[in-house]
Amino acid sequence: MDLTIILQQLVNGVSLGSLYGLVAIGYTMVYGVIRLINFAHGDIMMVGMYFAFTGIAMMFLPWWAAFLLSMLASALVGVIVDRVAYKPLRNASRISALITAIGVSFFLENSFLVIYGGVPKAFPIPSVFNGAINIHSVIFPNIAIITPIVAIVFLLILLFILHKTKYGMAMRALSFDIDTVRIMGINVDLVISLVFALGSFLAALGGIFWAMRYPAINPLIGIMPGLKAFAAAVLGGIGSVTGAALGGFIIGVTEILVVALFPALAGYKDAFAFLFLIFVLLFKPTGILGEDLERGRF
Amino acid sequence: MKRLLSSLVAVAVALSFLASASFAKEIKVGVVWPITGLVAAFGQSAWKGAQLAHSMKPATKDGCKIKLILLDNKGMKLETANAVSKLITDNHVKAIIGAITSSNTMAGAPIAEKNHIPMITSSATNPLVTKGKKYISRACFIDPFQGKVAAKYIWNNLHAKKAAVMIERDQDYSVGLAHAFMNAYKKLGGKIVAVEFFQSTDQDYSAQISDLKSKNPDVIYMPSYYQELALFSRQARQYGLNQPIMAGDGAEAEALIKIGGKAVNGLTFTTHFDPHAAATPLTVTFVKAFEKKYKTSPDAMAALGADAYFILVNAINEAGGCKATPKKINYYVRHTKDFKGVTGVITINPKTGNAIKSAVIRKVKDGKFVYVTTVNP
Amino acid sequence: MKIDRNNILTILAILVFFLFVWWGSNHLTAYAVRVWEDTLIFLMLSAGYNLINGVTGQFSLEPNGFVAIGAYVTAILILTPAQKESMFIIEPMVPWLANLHMSFLPALIIGGIVTAFVGFLLGFPVFRVRGDYLAIVTLGFGLTIRVVSNNTITITNGSLGLKGLPTYTNIWWCAVWAVIAMIVIMRIVDSAFGRAMKAVRDDEDAAIAMGINTLWIKQIAFVTAAFFEGVGGGLLASLITIISPTVFTFFLTFELLIIIVVGGLGSMTGTALATVVVVWGSELLRVVEQPMNIFGLHIPGIPGMRMVVFSILLIIMMIFAREGIMGQKEFSWDWIFNKIKGKRA
Repeated sequence: MDLTIILQQLVNGVSLGSLYGLVAIGYTMVYGVIRLINFAHGDIMMVGMYFAFTGIAMMFLPWWAAFLLSMLASALVGVIVDRVAYKPLRNASRISALITAIGVSFFLENSFLVIYGGVPKAFPIPSVFNGAINIHSVIFPNIAIITPIVAIVFLLILLFILHKTKYGMAMRALSFDIDTVRIMGINVDLVISLVFALGSFLAALGGIFWAMRYPAINPLIGIMPGLKAFAAAVLGGIGSVTGAALGGFIIGVTEILVVALFPALAGYKDAFAFLFLIFVLLFKPTGILGEDLERGRF
Repeated sequence: MKRLLSSLVAVAVALSFLASASFAKEIKVGVVWPITGLVAAFGQSAWKGAQLAHSMKPATKDGCKIKLILLDNKGMKLETANAVSKLITDNHVKAIIGAITSSNTMAGAPIAEKNHIPMITSSATNPLVTKGKKYISRACFIDPFQGKVAAKYIWNNLHAKKAAVMIERDQDYSVGLAHAFMNAYKKLGGKIVAVEFFQSTDQDYSAQISDLKSKNPDVIYMPSYYQELALFSRQARQYGLNQPIMAGDGAEAEALIKIGGKAVNGLTFTTHFDPHAAATPLTVTFVKAFEKKYKTSPDAMAALGADAYFILVNAINEAGGCKATPKKINYYVRHTKDFKGVTGVITINPKTGNAIKSAVIRKVKDGKFVYVTTVNP
Repeated sequence: MKIDRNNILTILAILVFFLFVWWGSNHLTAYAVRVWEDTLIFLMLSAGYNLINGVTGQFSLEPNGFVAIGAYVTAILILTPAQKESMFIIEPMVPWLANLHMSFLPALIIGGIVTAFVGFLLGFPVFRVRGDYLAIVTLGFGLTIRVVSNNTITITNGSLGLKGLPTYTNIWWCAVWAVIAMIVIMRIVDSAFGRAMKAVRDDEDAAIAMGINTLWIKQIAFVTAAFFEGVGGGLLASLITIISPTVFTFFLTFELLIIIVVGGLGSMTGTALATVVVVWGSELLRVVEQPMNIFGLHIPGIPGMRMVVFSILLIIMMIFAREGIMGQKEFSWDWIFNKIKGKRA
């Protein structure tokens, strides 16, 4: 195993990891505010891919417009899901909300299956994102360079929103104590909707970049990355946005490096994220950057 | 008023059901294919082919109408078994077409066998599907044959002495075909220099590609489905792994080219038929009708779906049209001889139920599937 | 067991049930019998699942993993050595398993015991977490089982799976096991353990304060559920005659989840009712996927619609009818007699 191969895998791992990270942020924000594992979050990623696909391949929009519209539309889907399915259950037991979330996940998967059919669609990649650079026989596909940059930029924007704007502060306040915030006269439902909108927006972004990396999309594609992103969110410390991004990086890099270094373990790849999850929960339930679960914050 | 209206509707619905159910002289044929789920693409394609075949030949010689009843098995085994059971006991079908994948077909087969209902699968290529069964037959060749054809082509035509194999570990199709290929290739004198594994949910093959680069094979054999092949080819070419790639019949789908783009140029695969290398007159008429109706060329799944239907109708004809019993139909399905189907000339071995027919080798050239050659059994 | 009115009535009800099974096995169509077999196996699975989810309140998503274990163990035990030898074409099976062969009943029980043991081991790490985390860890477990069965080729034959299993499962096997499962689980629910389980569900901290060892209580529920899910897996394996890593997916867990939600989380009799409604309902719902002709108007079938209907149904249930058919209540003879008496008075 020479150095170029390891470097090469590192390049792959980092860009894969930043995709997990983008999706993980949505999990962590929703969990931080309403203490719900949004099982449908991975499917929002799929929704984003299909919206962008529709925009480019069927409505012939320029790629940037299609991407932006797709992310906005996915954000809207996220908000609708919350309003229709989760909001009525705010005061019900957590199990009820979780079961509903599983229902929403199946609903999204199967309605897209009905609409678009089960045949994988080829995701049209804008030429900007094609191509690769070869440095000392380590190959940097453009998409692998752009993805982490995009992820970091959006992470910074999100941190800015959370810490410097009124709504961001309201979101952080919500994660401490919903009832008190409500008493203070803040429109709690609006803020929760915003959380879903932001999370879904980023999931769609992650989805679009996922689709450009692996340009075959199908309605069930969101399940696996969704689960791994959740594991990433827990690893990073649920409730922590930076932690989620970090957890994503760690899981992405590990997945690729372990397979590269120990090809015999390739078959077990999908189980790694869960092993991580179990170990974190057993030995450091607050994750890397997380605080006490009951006092979550971004 | 509302009540009156709704009772009127109810009566009308009941009448229309009666009208459609009675009087017609028909014979029912069940179809079990995945219309939803992970392998839905194949089921939908086969169903298109079978529907078109049905519209081309909707009745037997004596005017007995054939009624197709499609049940979705979602690509799941338990559902397949239930669907087969329902078709036999509730819908009283005389014969069944299905399922797409070998494992699903095997889940439904024991029930058809027990009830003495002939079942003909369009595309289950695993040898075990028909093994020891008297009522299960198929319209396609089996994996050992396909693996042998690929091995011979690689050895004789590509002159490759060292092959690497990429196996999709959780697909019995991939594992079985890879196994058949490796046996045949080694027998010819070839050397397998690397065996790499991956899984269906994997979309990233960079680790396997790195390893393949260091082993430097002459050719890569990857019996897998089109989506995995397309993604693998893209990544392989991107990372500078430029050896030719050979695949099995799972490669064939428009999506391979759409997803793979330039990277799949040159990808060669064994398959069941080529729409532009007419094997029989039926191929020509079928392809023409298909292109007119669906605005695209039929793929192998569609052609095989149609062939399963045509073979069955042929057998029903022989067995006496509407009067045909399942037992008789089965006899004539199993005694199909030199039947000129869409995918070529088909003979079914009465003892094993396996089709004896030629395989086609196709490759991708400039974003299109082109015919390479036909290999006879 | 006391010989009192209620027990006698229960025994009578079971006898009537078996009479129905006997009648059904002779008079129903093969398809109907088959769906009843599914129903009874699902009844056993969902009763076990409800014990952990509804009664003990631990939201776990383990069933598909446990069913898979039970199915594999049973399948390996009932296949003949010759069958195994012809099936393992990639790598031969490990010798000590290849030569094991036994009849169906011991195979089922061993399948159940092995699954229960795995459940017991799994319980220690997973019950250190609560609520949502438990859900995701058990979900991961189901996935891990699939990954492992794909890779341990010398035991499970990898993705090729085990084929041509003998079909021992019939309506009687299913009926007897379903009755056993219902009796055992309902007795547990009525016992001191059952009360402790409910205490854990209603307020875990309070239960700890009362001196209940919550880990052991959860373990009892989990291991019991695992045993019956393992046996159910064995029955399913012999019914489908072919198993592979993809047979028992998360979809199975989803179906069971719908059943226990519809029946009422925590109600076993509700689960029984719901199993019948959901299994038969899903067979009947095939209609929405088929083309229909009404007034000569052709409505093309919409494939996949069944699952969409299912998921909407689940969401609506959770929002508007969270209690399900029975809530946490049980059907009981006392309740009937009180009704009758109440009417007289």
